[in-house]
Amino acid sequence: MKTKKLIIPYILWMVVFTLIPLVLIISNTCRDNNGNFTLMFLQKALNYKDEFLYSLWVAFLSTSICLVLAYPLSYFISQSSERAQSTYTMLIMVPMWMNFLLRVRAWVLLLQTNGPIDSFLNMIGIDIPLMYNTGAVVLGMVYEFLPFMILPLTTVMGKIDKSLIEAAQDLGCSKFNVIRKVVFPLSVPGIISGVTMVFVPSASTFLVSQYLGGPNNRMIGDVIEMLYKSDKHTASAIALLLMIVILVFMVIMNRFGDEEAVGV
Amino acid sequence: MEQKPIVSLRNINVKFDGEVILNNIDLDIMDKEFITLLGPSGCGKTTTLRIIGGFLEPDSGDVFYEGKRINGTPPNKRNINTVFQKYALFPHLNVYENVAFGLKLKKLPKEEIKARVTKMLAIVDLKGYEKRAVSKLSGGQQQRVAIARALVCDPDVLLLDEPLGALDLKLRKDMQIELKRIQKMTRKTFVYVTHDQEEALTMSDRVVVMNNGKIEQIGTPIDIYNEPANAFVADFIGEANILDGLMLKDYRVRILGSDFKCVDKGFGENTPVDIVIRPEDIEVTSPEEGTVVGDVTGVVFKGVHYEMEVKVGKCTLLIHSTVSSPAGSRIGMRVSPDNIHIMNKLFPTPYNEFTAEVVDSAEDSPVVTISVEGKELELENGYYPKGTILSIQLPPDGLYVDGEGVGQLTDVFVESVIWKGAHNEIILESDERKWIMHSAQDEQVATYVPICFDFSKAVVTPVNTQEDADEN
Repeated sequence: MKTKKLIIPYILWMVVFTLIPLVLIISNTCRDNNGNFTLMFLQKALNYKDEFLYSLWVAFLSTSICLVLAYPLSYFISQSSERAQSTYTMLIMVPMWMNFLLRVRAWVLLLQTNGPIDSFLNMIGIDIPLMYNTGAVVLGMVYEFLPFMILPLTTVMGKIDKSLIEAAQDLGCSKFNVIRKVVFPLSVPGIISGVTMVFVPSASTFLVSQYLGGPNNRMIGDVIEMLYKSDKHTASAIALLLMIVILVFMVIMNRFGDEEAVGV
Repeated sequence: MEQKPIVSLRNINVKFDGEVILNNIDLDIMDKEFITLLGPSGCGKTTTLRIIGGFLEPDSGDVFYEGKRINGTPPNKRNINTVFQKYALFPHLNVYENVAFGLKLKKLPKEEIKARVTKMLAIVDLKGYEKRAVSKLSGGQQQRVAIARALVCDPDVLLLDEPLGALDLKLRKDMQIELKRIQKMTRKTFVYVTHDQEEALTMSDRVVVMNNGKIEQIGTPIDIYNEPANAFVADFIGEANILDGLMLKDYRVRILGSDFKCVDKGFGENTPVDIVIRPEDIEVTSPEEGTVVGDVTGVVFKGVHYEMEVKVGKCTLLIHSTVSSPAGSRIGMRVSPDNIHIMNKLFPTPYNEFTAEVVDSAEDSPVVTISVEGKELELENGYYPKGTILSIQLPPDGLYVDGEGVGQLTDVFVESVIWKGAHNEIILESDERKWIMHSAQDEQVATYVPICFDFSKAVVTPVNTQEDADEN
């Protein structure tokens, strides 16, 4: 087929910028400076188990909070008129028009000691550390990735036929039961893609934790970034492990989705 | 059928965006009857159904269920179930789970749910389909799952919103009989919505004919067919010759220039009326024996009968007859008195009558500017001073729709279009009044058109003089 030729630019791009780096990472992981095969670096990578688990924990928290915040909002949006829907969607996209790093920097300015929020809390007699803790990291993540949860949820919920909701009411569902018995099962594909789109970048991101978490709340992304300058072999090994973990996670999520989304 | 209303609607009014959807609907639905709401799309039949189901609250008016007012009661608290237009089966559940959905919500014991679902699936002829995914079913099967899902809840009233609309003709015919069988067997009240008149006549105990948010007629299928209340109903139900007539006196009517005996009275003397004659009720005779004489212009064999077009003067009549006369031959026609159905005209006067003020004029010009519904129009009928109120009688052919899409009055609503044998009688509604128009063209009902005036056909008389205007 002639249309096959259309994907050549993309394939070239992927080979040069994804496939080759991936091969390099694997090669860095498995070979020492002399080019001999070794599993030593993978073993070394396991020394960073704590950062690994911490990253997954932060990603889990961020994803859960995003889901809880986004689900009711998405339902509301999907039930509003078409014109309102596009307005809401645009409003949700607005923060994404600004650079990611700028937004994280903005949080630093807001949360730092003697910053506006800290000053206000001190004024009313509350003195708690706002920055350099897990809470701040999760806050930054949720802020960063919330739209990626809302958009797929809204899309999937918007596709649920309104007459299904009416049919559920007709058959005796209260408003809550309509959500539990019809909207929720039918929105599972949206939940899956939302969770994937938030969890994966949350687990592997760096800088957010550097800015908001400080040196004691390092995530695995930060470790890779820092380590690469001094020990690219171990850094590559960690990156490889992270990719495998994420891959396993995505496979599990997709399996789950296939089972739930029968007939949708 | 027991003659006790189970659902009653009283003075129901609904508006969307300022447009009237339902206009003072009064309806009693009797217990255990099969009643059909019939009308063209946009007539308000589905809206009526949604009000009964509780999906829509009327702007004003009351809904009663067994004598109790149920306005504001949500759908899940009404003992009424619905079969939706596109079935609305839950795609994440299989056939069994779909049918069991309502029973599970009622927290019935598992064995009872199983027994009832199994029995209901047998009634709708879907035994053995329990485990199937609903997306794997054919249209007719999905439709039966939808009926089973609604009926298994044991509602007193089942609402059906054009449930056969998506099926092909053959399946639709089978399902019509099936539905009637299910209704008789389960002894439930069925409220059925359709735009298909044949479907309505086939299945219903009573038919409610609706148009433009109003009920035009309620009656048994036989009543509706044989005694249509007005030209709209006659036109909508079956085929009909709808003609202009003149009621000379009781039991005497003039149609197409000939006088006929009829069985109606009470219309007064020399009253313009609408006449309905079904094509099968016109008897073909020799020219000498006929009450009217016409020329056959076309014959089509339809299996059971011949369909003939016969020209009488300017008017074309449709005749269904088991004997045929060749095209070009001259025939006589007779109609027995009880087959002539006489109805009041849809439009109260035979012409448009309205007043307009002269807003600009010059003494040396016969053309004055008048204001009609805020639009300034030119009228050539001689000089009238500014401020004069003119009474204008405009015959139906003094109005026309310009093919270019421009008009002197824009966005005029087409309320009804009825073929009168020689022209279409079209009733229009503008912001302030209704208009009657005769046109050779067909217009689409429930759309908006621009209309133009041909004042050369109008009769104009001034109501007041300049002096009166000055005194005011």
